[in-house]
Amino acid sequence: MTAYLFLLVPLTFFVFVRFYPMISAFYMSFTDWNIISPVKNFVGFSNYVRIFKDSVFRISLLNTLKYVVLGVPSVIILSLGLALLLNNVTKGQSLYRLIYVMPYITPIVATSWVWRWMYQRPPTGVINNFLSFLGLPARSFLMSTTEALPSIVATTVWVEVGYCVIIFLAGLQNIPKEYLEAAKVDGANRRQLLFKITIPLLNPVIVFLSVMETIMFLRIFTQVYNMTDQGSGGPLNSTLPLVLYIYQKAFKSFDMGTAAAATVVLFLMILGITVLQLKVLNRRVQY
Amino acid sequence: MKRFLLVTLAILLVLSLSVFGKVKIVYWQYYFETKVKAIDELIKEFQKLYPDIEVEHVTFPYEAFNEKVAASVPAGTGPDVVNLYYGWIPKYVTSGYLQPLPENEFSDEYFQKNFFPFVAKGVEFMGKRYAIPIAVRSLALFWNKDLFKEAKLDPEKPPRTLQELVEVAKKLTKYDKQGNIVQAGLATQPSGQGHHWIREVLVRQFGGSPYNDDYTKVTYHEVPEALKFYTDLITVHKVGYPGFMNDDITAFTSQSAAMNIDGSFRIAALKKAGINFGVAELPEHNGIKSNFASFWANGITSTCTGEKLDAAIKFVKFLASEMVMEMWLEKVGELPANPAVAQKYYNDPIYGPFLRGLEYAHATFFVDETAQRKVMMDAVDKVWLKGVSPEQAFREAAQEEQEILDKFWKSVGK
Amino acid sequence: MTRSDRIVKIVSYIVLTALTVVMVFPFFWMVLSSLKPFREIYRPYLFPKSPTLANYQKIMSASLFPRWFLNSLIVALSTTFSVLFFDSLVGYTIAKYSFPGRNIIFLFILSTLMIPTEMLIIPWYVMSSRLGWIDTYWGIMFPGMITAFGIFLMKQFMETIPDDLLDAARIDGVSEFGIFWRVALPLVKPALASLAILNFIGNWNAFLWPLIVSSKPRMYTLPVGLATFSSENLMHWELIMTGATVSTIPLIIVFLIFQKQIIRGIMLSGLKG
Repeated sequence: MTAYLFLLVPLTFFVFVRFYPMISAFYMSFTDWNIISPVKNFVGFSNYVRIFKDSVFRISLLNTLKYVVLGVPSVIILSLGLALLLNNVTKGQSLYRLIYVMPYITPIVATSWVWRWMYQRPPTGVINNFLSFLGLPARSFLMSTTEALPSIVATTVWVEVGYCVIIFLAGLQNIPKEYLEAAKVDGANRRQLLFKITIPLLNPVIVFLSVMETIMFLRIFTQVYNMTDQGSGGPLNSTLPLVLYIYQKAFKSFDMGTAAAATVVLFLMILGITVLQLKVLNRRVQY
Repeated sequence: MKRFLLVTLAILLVLSLSVFGKVKIVYWQYYFETKVKAIDELIKEFQKLYPDIEVEHVTFPYEAFNEKVAASVPAGTGPDVVNLYYGWIPKYVTSGYLQPLPENEFSDEYFQKNFFPFVAKGVEFMGKRYAIPIAVRSLALFWNKDLFKEAKLDPEKPPRTLQELVEVAKKLTKYDKQGNIVQAGLATQPSGQGHHWIREVLVRQFGGSPYNDDYTKVTYHEVPEALKFYTDLITVHKVGYPGFMNDDITAFTSQSAAMNIDGSFRIAALKKAGINFGVAELPEHNGIKSNFASFWANGITSTCTGEKLDAAIKFVKFLASEMVMEMWLEKVGELPANPAVAQKYYNDPIYGPFLRGLEYAHATFFVDETAQRKVMMDAVDKVWLKGVSPEQAFREAAQEEQEILDKFWKSVGK
Repeated sequence: MTRSDRIVKIVSYIVLTALTVVMVFPFFWMVLSSLKPFREIYRPYLFPKSPTLANYQKIMSASLFPRWFLNSLIVALSTTFSVLFFDSLVGYTIAKYSFPGRNIIFLFILSTLMIPTEMLIIPWYVMSSRLGWIDTYWGIMFPGMITAFGIFLMKQFMETIPDDLLDAARIDGVSEFGIFWRVALPLVKPALASLAILNFIGNWNAFLWPLIVSSKPRMYTLPVGLATFSSENLMHWELIMTGATVSTIPLIIVFLIFQKQIIRGIMLSGLKG
């Protein structure tokens, strides 16, 4: 049928450009290849066994989940809130849109460097200076094993919010005014309008962004690489996500077999979580 | 008849081209402006000396060095001569990437005559040698003369022993009202050169040795005093902490740290930043002096054979000649690997201490430099962030490093 | 406007403006840093004591800078056009045709988002070198010519188009491709605009793959070229910040141009699940 004809070129493309390398990676996970050698020995599941025994791998799995749990709700709630506020504003909306998307446009290497400065201990750290102005104690942020990960989440949320605000804004502006008017006539107050009409009607947008942001946070890498000492995911592995673990194994230790095995685990994790999300969050909205 | 002549002519032309054609070799180096310019000039001279050899100089950003190499191998598009960090030699050799330097061209005498002793040891793996450096680096103590004056210390008298180092650092540290360090007496950054200082210098100065002779066993945990000395700087004397002003380089360059232990590669940047600094040999302890030396060296890849191999050998030797080393010092600011050349600069106030340090320097045998560096970083972090005792942290570090070494030696079949 | 409406409006303005500071401050810092000479870049204060345009001079007069800029432009524009065409075609097909295997194909396409790029570069490089794509524009562009994200986005949009319109066109004798090209596409122009700008930004900032596949500096894209200003032991942060600023400006311009389209367009994106 025509459908298949239209899909022919794109699917062939995907098979070559994405599928074949994916299979390659899966295959590599069963070997002990170290990249610069032509020799690849088949080693069965030993790579998988090794990574699950590796405490650093387990820590990176946990960290990755922490990134998602802390990051995705923050992004969604914050950007939704901002979009709702922005929706009330008529003058200067274009300017605000540009301002909120700036973090997303700016190269990560630059924003990471600036944030590292901002997170410094007093007297150089801007954030700490602000805290002391409020009478709060100074924090170690990136230098603490407990505060480093949330600090990086904060920076990432800062980047992602602008992009999500724009999408939410559009979703909001598309809700027919009639529904809101009718509800008001029926005596609904602001709170009810928000929670009973607006948000349910936004559900498809929320689903789309939740899925995309979850995948993004599961794959987080560049911010952590640029914001930790020597890109090590420290201090003491407290910020190490799975993709950074994979990167270190592949390109610092030249241990491709292990890196590939971890990639397969990551892939299955993302696949599982995405399918689950789509099932749980997708609800048909009654008009 | 005409056609026959034409064909013969064509064949002769092709033959003559291949006989008089040039041999082309490819040289890989990471991009660094002064080095790239220097190499380009040297290639011109080399090609004058050997008109039948052509060298193609390929560079790329430093960040992706390993990725570049990794991607090129399965594709078979690598270089003939490659400039790599000596610490990567074991990894590259065991993967079959490098070939041993032919012993007739690069004999023991050649090494003895032309290089510091740690060079021969540093490029050696399982009895064979794999690369030749142009320049080397070592560590020294940098100090900020203006900050010394401010603290009423003699700006021409840097600390000479570890004891003096601590005393001087304490006098140079400033705090704000809440007790936060505003100026560090001594920048402490294990992820910079700190881990080298602990491993090759402090460990030896406290009477131990980081590894056994053939690098199969980790032995530094036998002297936890070495780690304790370092972590005391952070937790007891409070003269600095890892991450202060982002890193030690930023701290020293912004004049927020009065002293720093750093490598010779830092000299150009400090001059550019207009800092009034002095350089001294690393402080000694118990009469023991030690230093960590490292270098980038030129090796020949295994895919280079036949005529290309001959050309590559000539190129590598050329790059290690005395003339080149002197020019390198002027243009790039890196120390010559040849003791004879080095001696000429012993009295230079900046280069002198580094060069003298080369005499008693060690170049650690790394099987996975990133991982081994991280082990040391984690050890320091455990002590100052988690309150773990230096004895325990060092023991755990040694265990982790031992696992790394074991895995490596096993894969090599030892 | 009721009193409570007005209060809400005022509060909105206050909060939004307060947050503006947080949003823009790092960018502001970056631009200020680009005006600092080397010896000031390591200082923690914000405003340069001796501002200079020397960094900009250094970066823009780097002999290959215009070439890098051009390369980035060519790559970003080409991939964007390709993505606009193919992603919308596939999105349309999945949204508007029913055929066996449709859901599996969609899931397959979506699953391509789940492998980190870092693991794909080696097979890509082997492929590229075997097919002679090293140091070519095609080599840099090919992984980004069709994207799963774009397909997902376009599918959402295409689903909102009433089937009757398409059927009417069929009755009129328009070819299947014509229906896509002349009926469906024009109805989703806003979505195309948003996809265009997001794709452009993503491609412009891409670093790792363009770095690996180019061995000649002439073929570097802008981020790769700018990376040559930092090295093993000397990070020229003032140049990196300058490079980042220079790199961001075209994106701001593109965003401003496409903004109007985006807002109207993204209005419908993701609305139907």
